[in-house]
Amino acid sequence: MKLDYKHIPSGHCENGVIAGLLNYHGLKLNEALIFGIGSGLFFAHMPFIKIDSIAATSFRTIPGMIFAKAAKRMGIKMKKQTFRKQPKRAMDELDNTLNKGLPVGVQAGAFHLTYFPPAYRFHFNAHNLTVYGKEGDTYFISDPVIEYPTTLTYDELKRVRYAKGAFPPNGKMYYPISIPEEIDLKSAIKKGIKQTTKYMLDIPVPLFGVKGIRYLARSMKKWPEKFGPKKASSHLAQVVRMLEEIGTGGAGFRFIYAAFLQEVAIIMKNDAYNELSQEMTYIGDMWRDFSSMAAKICKGRSADKNGYNTAAHLLLDIADKEEQLFTELKKLIKNA
Amino acid sequence: MKKKNVPQDEGITAGISREVQYAVDENGKYVKTFSKGWEPKNIVNDIAWQDIQERVKEAVEKIKAGKASPILYYMQKNQMTVSLLADYVELSKWKVRRHLKPKGFKKLKPKHLEIYAKVFEIPVDELVNYKPEE
Repeated sequence: MKLDYKHIPSGHCENGVIAGLLNYHGLKLNEALIFGIGSGLFFAHMPFIKIDSIAATSFRTIPGMIFAKAAKRMGIKMKKQTFRKQPKRAMDELDNTLNKGLPVGVQAGAFHLTYFPPAYRFHFNAHNLTVYGKEGDTYFISDPVIEYPTTLTYDELKRVRYAKGAFPPNGKMYYPISIPEEIDLKSAIKKGIKQTTKYMLDIPVPLFGVKGIRYLARSMKKWPEKFGPKKASSHLAQVVRMLEEIGTGGAGFRFIYAAFLQEVAIIMKNDAYNELSQEMTYIGDMWRDFSSMAAKICKGRSADKNGYNTAAHLLLDIADKEEQLFTELKKLIKNA
Repeated sequence: MKKKNVPQDEGITAGISREVQYAVDENGKYVKTFSKGWEPKNIVNDIAWQDIQERVKEAVEKIKAGKASPILYYMQKNQMTVSLLADYVELSKWKVRRHLKPKGFKKLKPKHLEIYAKVFEIPVDELVNYKPEE
């Protein structure tokens, strides 16, 4: 059995799966709108959380949050289930739901995803995909970060649903059970933007938002001395990987957010959001310049202090620009 | 970024997929486009793999010196830490640490060897008879 599910390649897996599931039930919303309403944009640099002994940097909110917030703000009810240490039940329940004619969103670990390019296969457990059918031992999979629909065997799917480590999926699956006839997009957008401006400007801890970008810039200047050339470049490479890794749509989600602001301009009938979208695009391009510059430093594995200093200065410029943008956005949404 | 400037530098996804990239078209409107890749991404991904290879090499050296068991090699090869491996084999971290030493490895029961081999996706023989290359 194969459901009539439309595969939507997306910048980001979580948005892509929700967009696909809602689309199946007749609600056509694009990824950017879901990302913005779910307040997906963020910045965090957390030296106390380590990935392979390297400080974690993130350009988005924690996994699952975009999805939960977007659904709540639009009045969509989702059924969510996890099955701790019950893989058989998790698979049975998936089959039952598919048999009811419902495509299912599933959380998965990336490391054992057989159809992924080797470069994607790290121990990252907050990946999402849609299962939209089953024939014999084979499941039909729509993975939004892969260009075409694909398949997994029963054992392969079970394995990724029970990946171990941080954010273990524990067989998590989800699907919409009720979608309101009319959705108040304006109110949902307002809530989404308000929270993002709060995240970026008002968290009273220096690790997050615009302050977090400045904090990263200050730390970065010290890396060559603190870690030596090799380790310093591993740290810098990690930042660029988070910024440009699959699922960002480019430049740490800044381009997706710019696309969202264009949608907002239409829905709110206010051209001021288009201007901010252009500004966000400009900021995204600055992040791309940073990636480009940083990759050059990494490639040589040089501890050239000037290189790190220049990169850090660019980050400070970006922080100023983002502060300006979110301050304007905050004002705009307050009066909307 | 403008649509016409979306980079198409083949690399990490070559032959398997293309990534979605958001970009602005001729009319200033955002569209989803596909990108085959971007050189800076290929570079930083390379760095991450070099770091993994480095850890594998260190493991091999330790095994040669009689300071570690084959489990360390497969653990590093699978990009795992002690705590992640402990999660996968469903044993405590201190037990896994003991199995990382040659002495603890020799004492491993067949049942546990099988669990490790299954997690590493190799036959038990390969794990037990692992010899570091010269």
